Amino acid sequence: MPSLPSSGVEASIWRRRSVKGDLLAWGAWLVVVLATMLSFRTISDATIWDFVWDAPTQGADLLARAVPPRWEYAGVLWKPLWDTVNMASLGTLVAMALGVPVAVLAARNTTPSVTLVRPLALLVIVASRSINSLIWALLLVVIIGPGPLAGTIAIALRSVGFVGKLLYEAIEEIDRAQVEATEATGASPAQVLAWSIAPQVAPTIAGIGVFRWDINIREATVLGLVGAGGIGLQLEASVATLAWPQVSVILLLILATVIVSEWVSAQVRRAIT
Amino acid sequence: MSDRSLDRLAVLEVARLSKRYPTGDLALREVDLRVDRGEVVALIGPSGAGKSTLIRCVNQLVQPTSGVVRLDGTEVTGLGSRALRRARRRMGMIFQEYALIERLTVMENALSGRLGYVGFWRSWFRRFPMSDVAEAFALLDRVGLADMANKRADALSGGQRQRVGIVRALMQRPELLLVDEPTASLDPKTSRQIMRLILELCAERGLAAIINIHDVALARQFAMRIVGLRSGAIVFDGAPGSLDAAALTSIYGVEDWSATLGQGAKDAKEDRSPQRGTLPDVERLAGLA
Repeated sequence: MPSLPSSGVEASIWRRRSVKGDLLAWGAWLVVVLATMLSFRTISDATIWDFVWDAPTQGADLLARAVPPRWEYAGVLWKPLWDTVNMASLGTLVAMALGVPVAVLAARNTTPSVTLVRPLALLVIVASRSINSLIWALLLVVIIGPGPLAGTIAIALRSVGFVGKLLYEAIEEIDRAQVEATEATGASPAQVLAWSIAPQVAPTIAGIGVFRWDINIREATVLGLVGAGGIGLQLEASVATLAWPQVSVILLLILATVIVSEWVSAQVRRAIT
Repeated sequence: MSDRSLDRLAVLEVARLSKRYPTGDLALREVDLRVDRGEVVALIGPSGAGKSTLIRCVNQLVQPTSGVVRLDGTEVTGLGSRALRRARRRMGMIFQEYALIERLTVMENALSGRLGYVGFWRSWFRRFPMSDVAEAFALLDRVGLADMANKRADALSGGQRQRVGIVRALMQRPELLLVDEPTASLDPKTSRQIMRLILELCAERGLAAIINIHDVALARQFAMRIVGLRSGAIVFDGAPGSLDAAALTSIYGVEDWSATLGQGAKDAKEDRSPQRGTLPDVERLAGLA
């Protein structure tokens, strides 16, 4: 028996939840387990298991056909790869140029009107975010024709919402005291924005920019699948003609590019703060 | 005390000022207050008494519900945004947590006191008039931060930051300083140094000041006049010497004030004027514990 302070009062019993709370918690777990089992059943019924059991053999076969990579094919890829990086970079720049003002209009503490302008800015953000850049590209190829321009605009349209959302949330969380102090000097609203809000979110803006650029490099590699320029076009062509040694070259090249872009964005993010 | 009947002496007049927050809390009830040129007033009172609201109503960072604020005879309440910005230039504000722009340099923070005088693009490209920069250097030198001009504000200690806050307020060439708990985030020694600095600068420039302060001993030691606020109403207004146990009880409620007053009385007697910092801080601290 551990020694309790003898206060003369009977030791009270403490429970984390009430009995009803306990039952609810256990019930919730039961529902999760049942749902998982049921889902597995459904997926299992829709699966041709012979193919799955065969998967290791098929995978090994595909790998064998992809190796060794046809390195000389890389010579053709530099131009599309360059296009891919440019689509991502330019698209990110355009998205930043549009997204920063949208964020200022959307943030509760900087918007000119909470009832009128803010909902519009939020609508822009939601519209942009809800459509994947591959779908934007699909539409844009129809509208302005195939090529890197469609890809760049697709990247930009998708990224505006991303930049806008992350930035407006950051603006809403700034230190209010610095804004107050700047207002107290008699500064104009534009000066308050430039002198007390901008310095506080500057690292966030830079961070969002490189983060999105990093994501866009990866997204740009697939836009070619729908004809919007970049290395995805070669990937699609190679897969379609079963040229697996070429596919492996493309995938390795994409991997290398993504590693470089991640390294760059990590460096930039470390430099700011 | 100076003759209060002379109108030209008043730098600030607050009349029947009330503030009700949207939550329904009545922060100020018909407050009347008058501050003369060069007068340093300590505003004391419990947390939530409305001290912060009162000084924020003066420069309209908080919109009062009713009542009038006059700066130098001109009404500040109900001004349009442009005219209000002009009025704000004449009231420097100093904050509890310094409220510096943390990621900007000390010089930029000092120059931000001139924002009300400089156009947007000039301020954006940091092309302030030479005289402003010269004044900023002189003031930084005055508060002992001459070598810090190019340091980032977040690299400074608390006392140093508050000095930058003071410089920013003075850069406005104000007639009135609104000081919100200048020492609440500082240690006792730095608190005294900062209070002494503010008082010296007010004396040098003939500045009036309203200083919100929690520390009664500090208020008695440094201020010329003490105003006690309780539940949004002024319940005491007088010289530091007349702040007795009964007055403190009327401001804060019942408590044994003998230690506070014993300490404060000694300070008030020996160190009334800020220029005469005589008592070693250790001795003062002994009584505070």
